[in-house]
Amino acid sequence: MPETNDIQGIIRKVAEIIIGELKLEDVTVDTFSPEMDLVDELGIDSMDLATIALVLQDEYKIVIDEDDYPKLKSIRMIAEYISEKLTAKG
Amino acid sequence: MITISSLLDKEWHERYKRIANLNIRSSIYDVTNRCNLRCKGCFFFSSGEHEAAREEMDIKKWENFIDSEKARGVNLAILIGGEPTLCMDRVEAFYKRLPTYCASNGLIKVDRAKFPDMMVGISLWGDGEDEKILRGRDTFAISSANYAGDPYTYYLYTITPKQLGKIETIIRKIADVGLKVHLQLLSNDEGVDGFSWKEGELADLRHEMDEALDKYPQTVISSKYYHEVITSGQMLGRTFGWPECPSVTEALDTRSPRPRRLIHFARWASDLKTVHRCCTSATRDCSTCKDGAAHMSWIMVNKQSHIKTTGDLQNWIEIYEMFAKLYRLIPW
Ligand code: SF4
Ligand code: SF4
Repeated sequence: MPETNDIQGIIRKVAEIIIGELKLEDVTVDTFSPEMDLVDELGIDSMDLATIALVLQDEYKIVIDEDDYPKLKSIRMIAEYISEKLTAKG
Repeated sequence: MITISSLLDKEWHERYKRIANLNIRSSIYDVTNRCNLRCKGCFFFSSGEHEAAREEMDIKKWENFIDSEKARGVNLAILIGGEPTLCMDRVEAFYKRLPTYCASNGLIKVDRAKFPDMMVGISLWGDGEDEKILRGRDTFAISSANYAGDPYTYYLYTITPKQLGKIETIIRKIADVGLKVHLQLLSNDEGVDGFSWKEGELADLRHEMDEALDKYPQTVISSKYYHEVITSGQMLGRTFGWPECPSVTEALDTRSPRPRRLIHFARWASDLKTVHRCCTSATRDCSTCKDGAAHMSWIMVNKQSHIKTTGDLQNWIEIYEMFAKLYRLIPW
C-alpha cells in the first residue's frame, strides 16, 4: 500500500508509474503537470492505459474497469478516480 | 519533455486529435468456409483453414456470438472467409450489431438497400492476365460493374511481382469506375512460379507506389510511410516478423516478452469456437509475411516510438488516418 493516499500523494505515485511504464525521459515527478492531457499531449493509447491501470490496480488494490478509461484523461483525473474508489472501499 | 504539441503545428495537432480517441478494437471473422473462386495463393485454402472448423449454420448462434463479441469490447468487425457474400444472413447479423467491413471478391453485389453504408473491400490481384492465372478469371469486369461509383467500396489491390511497372494502369482503371484503392503485396503462400519477390523488386515497387499516390491522391488510400514499411519490413530500425507482429489472436499469444499488440484481437473460424493464430494463415512464414493490415497495425500500436520527432509522428498520423479511412471511421 502506498505511503500517502491523499490526492497529492496519489498524484505523485501515478506520475511515477507513468514515467516508469512509458520510459519517459526529460520529466520527473516534480515537473510532470497533473493537468496535462495524457492522450492529446502525451500520446498515451489504450494499451498504455491498460498497462498503467494494471500497475495501479496492484498498487491500490482496486479494480479499474476498461469502460472507465475515457475518464482517465490526466494524472489528476486518475488520482481522483483512485481516491473515489478508495473512499468507496472504506 | 516531448509532447504532441511540441512536435506538431496546429493543423497536424488537429489531425492527431481527430484520430487519437478512436480506440479501435477490431477482430476478424471467417464467415464461411466456401468461396465461388479458388485463387492460387489464397492463404485460406492453401493452408487448409477452410477445413479447420465446421461451419456454424444456425443464424441464432451467429447472432448470440456477435452479441458476445460486442460485449467483449469489439467495435469493428472485419468479415473475411471464404466469400462472405455467400452467407448474407450472417453478414447482416454483424452489420445490425457492429460497424462492419466485408471483404469480397466482388462477384456478388451487396444489396445497398439492406446495407447502405457497410464498407466493402474488393480483392483484385492485378491485370486481366494475372487474374486469369491466379484466380481463374478476370474478376474486375464483374466487380467493377457491380460496384462502380459506390461510396462505401474500394479495391484491395494485391500487387504481385508481375505487375512491377504496371500498377498505374490498374489504378487508372479503378479511378475510371469511380472507386478507390488500397495497395497491398502478395505473399505467394503457394509458391506459384514467378510470383515471389526477388532482390531489388520491392525497392522499385516502393518508388512506383509513391508515384501512384502522388498522381492519384483522390483514388489511392495510402501513405508513403506505409509503402516504406511494407516493402522493407523495417520500422524505426526494427524488423517485422513473429516477435513484433501485433495481429496475433490474444488467446494464442504465448510470446514472451509480449510485443505491443492489438488489444483483444482474435480471428475466429466459422464454427464460432476455433480461433486461428493470426489475421492470415498459421502456415505462413512470418519472416516473409507481407500482410498489409498487420504492417499497418504494427505501426499503429507503436505510437510512443513515433513520438520522438515531428517527421516520425506525422508518419504515424498518416498511417492511422489511412486505417481509419479504410473503415470510414473518418471521411475520405
Ligand atoms: S476470392 Fe478470396 S477467399 Fe476466395 S479463393 Fe480467392 S482469395 Fe480465397
Ligand atoms: S504470418 Fe504475418 S500476420 Fe501472421 S503472425 Fe506471422 S507476421 Fe503476423
